[in-house]
Amino acid sequence: MSPAVGFQDATAIAGIAQTAFSKHLEPTEAELACTVIVDACADAGIDPSEINALCSYTMEATEEVDIVRNIGCGEITFFSQVGYGGGAGCGVVGQAAMAVATGQAEVAVAWRSRKRGSGPRPWTSTSVQLRVPGAWTRPFGMLRPVDEIAMLTRRYMHEYGATRDHLANVAMAVRKHANMNPAAIMHDKPMSREDYMASRWVSEPLCLFDNCLETDGALACVIVSAERARDLRHPPVYVHAFAQGLPPEHQTMVNFFNDDPLTGPAWACARRLWANSAFGPEDVNVAQIYDAFSPLILLSLEGYGFCKRGEAGPMTENGNLEWEKGSLPVNTAGGGLSEAYVHGFNLINEGVRQMRGTSTAQVDGAETCLVTSGEGVPTSALLLRR
Amino acid sequence: MASGRSDATTDADALLAQLRAFEGRPSGPPAEARDEVNQAMIRHWVDAMGDDNPVYVDEESARANGFPGVVAPPTMLQAWIMRGYLSQPDGAWKAQRDASGEASAQEQLFDALNAAGFTSVVATNCDQEYVRPIVLGDRLTVTSVIDSVSPEKHTGLGDGHFVTTRLEFTDQHGERVATMRFRILRFRPQSSRPKDVALRPRPAITHDIAFFFEGARNGTLLIQRCAQCGVLRHPPRPACASCGSFEWDTVTASGRGTVYSFVVVHHPQVAAFDYPLPIAVVELEEGTRLVGDLIGIDPADVEIGMPVVAEMVAVDDELTIPMFRPAVPVGAGRVGAVTGDA
Ligand SMILES: [Zn+2]
Repeated sequence: MSPAVGFQDATAIAGIAQTAFSKHLEPTEAELACTVIVDACADAGIDPSEINALCSYTMEATEEVDIVRNIGCGEITFFSQVGYGGGAGCGVVGQAAMAVATGQAEVAVAWRSRKRGSGPRPWTSTSVQLRVPGAWTRPFGMLRPVDEIAMLTRRYMHEYGATRDHLANVAMAVRKHANMNPAAIMHDKPMSREDYMASRWVSEPLCLFDNCLETDGALACVIVSAERARDLRHPPVYVHAFAQGLPPEHQTMVNFFNDDPLTGPAWACARRLWANSAFGPEDVNVAQIYDAFSPLILLSLEGYGFCKRGEAGPMTENGNLEWEKGSLPVNTAGGGLSEAYVHGFNLINEGVRQMRGTSTAQVDGAETCLVTSGEGVPTSALLLRR
Repeated sequence: MASGRSDATTDADALLAQLRAFEGRPSGPPAEARDEVNQAMIRHWVDAMGDDNPVYVDEESARANGFPGVVAPPTMLQAWIMRGYLSQPDGAWKAQRDASGEASAQEQLFDALNAAGFTSVVATNCDQEYVRPIVLGDRLTVTSVIDSVSPEKHTGLGDGHFVTTRLEFTDQHGERVATMRFRILRFRPQSSRPKDVALRPRPAITHDIAFFFEGARNGTLLIQRCAQCGVLRHPPRPACASCGSFEWDTVTASGRGTVYSFVVVHHPQVAAFDYPLPIAVVELEEGTRLVGDLIGIDPADVEIGMPVVAEMVAVDDELTIPMFRPAVPVGAGRVGAVTGDA
């Protein structure tokens, strides 16, 4: 596998923005989306009229035409949406960066706006006829993503001897980082191991604190050429490499029918990402790993090669995932578990802050940051550098 | 009309006979309108309804349209004989005692339904038939009769009897001007748990997967097989990833397998399922894996590697799905943990 042609460090993230994160925000998803895109442009020092590429998730409710009409963009010459929910985020930014790197556009915006906190839980309607993949899980009571990830987790624990203590290590590390971040929903709520162990089961072996938050919020970032970024307000955060991954025999999230369910889309994505990169996992200083559920961090640490198969549990020990002494601090703003759950876009913006040196849990001298999207679904990843 | 369903119990037959004895009896004493048909009440009605048809308020327009004079809106029929709300402090039905003070037939019928557990009520139909237009100055009287009581019916709200009341409206000359049939359902409220209406999610049965659910209904667990290279696959799909063939058939699984992984779902709970709910991915001895609920076992006793056997369970009238129970009864004589890993 040879690197993607002309992509490495060709583009940079020049602006980021986010709304407040809350269980309930008053504005509509469309208003939040427009607000945050305009704010990201302001952060970059670029007028919204310059935007000519728009990228988001297939699950995004606000369409490009509505963004354009409301914030006064000019002609849009590239637009794309990436599927698979939480697997999309890095792919959205990656595709925006590809558009800029190939000259399809000059100013690209990627965004996600979602009222998952005050809106309905997507799985609660059991009367809707199921699309085919759901036919093999939903009638049996596996209604939610957490049930599917719990199924993988139980097998993972069985095969490798991982324990609830390992999952608690993940949840506590991420919570600790949220406690340092005033924007995080869990900023004021420390969590002990006892708190974790005492929380109620949701889908055994996963408990309440293995699950992400339910949040209203929106985020956006602005991508321009590396050359232009160097003339803008903030130090450029280069999009060093990007990859997507959809392995053979995969089904949306129900990854337990194939030969090896514990090597999911992250493994396929990682192979391409490292092929595209001048770095390897050993060169990564800080990581933002998609954490709709705490075990996804274990699976992703293995998939992206930070440890060998089955060794992610022990890797969580001794504060190894925590700021500031850990060998690989993860989710330094609190992630989906404790900052906000906006389909992983907050991980992207936190990756940018780490590279700018402005994180509330800044890793000293960090030069590279891995950002990943959801393991378990067709996924994507970004390697950012400064 | 048929007399009672063949599968009705003697009790239900006896109740129906008791209820049917009320058919044809006056529900209560006749009720006379307190006011003659008048322009003021009509005006209030059409204002409230937003009906600007001039024949209800203007003599000339009414005549021009072939009426003898201003007519009352037909659907206002019942309004003419309604009692004021505050005039019935003890409730409408008690006000309908006849002169002797005996409970009306309607009260007796409802008492019988209440005693049999059909304590809830919902209005279901109202049909009106008009003989002639009702005009200013008419003075209406209504007599009501228990028209019919249905056998016990199964409805979305619950099991119950439909009761139809027939109301005959006559004028000051005793001539019939309209008839109304008003139907209610008296039903047995369902237990607080809406198990009967909350069904499990339905799979969309496409051409590619229909065989699986039909097989389950017939008591067999089927696995799709490539007709060209023989590879088994689950979940089913149109083509073979090994050889590309679109030709396939099925094999009947033995139903024996082992627990590959499992979850116990606790919270939040959704109607249609019992919690805590143990669900497994089972690896069949043929090699494919599938999801199935675990039955006949305490969730705390489930272990990966445990041998299980399939059982086709009809979870409702339409849906039959595979579930799995321990191949060896779990309990006193357990012989250590089984570790049949893949
Ligand atoms: Zn084949």
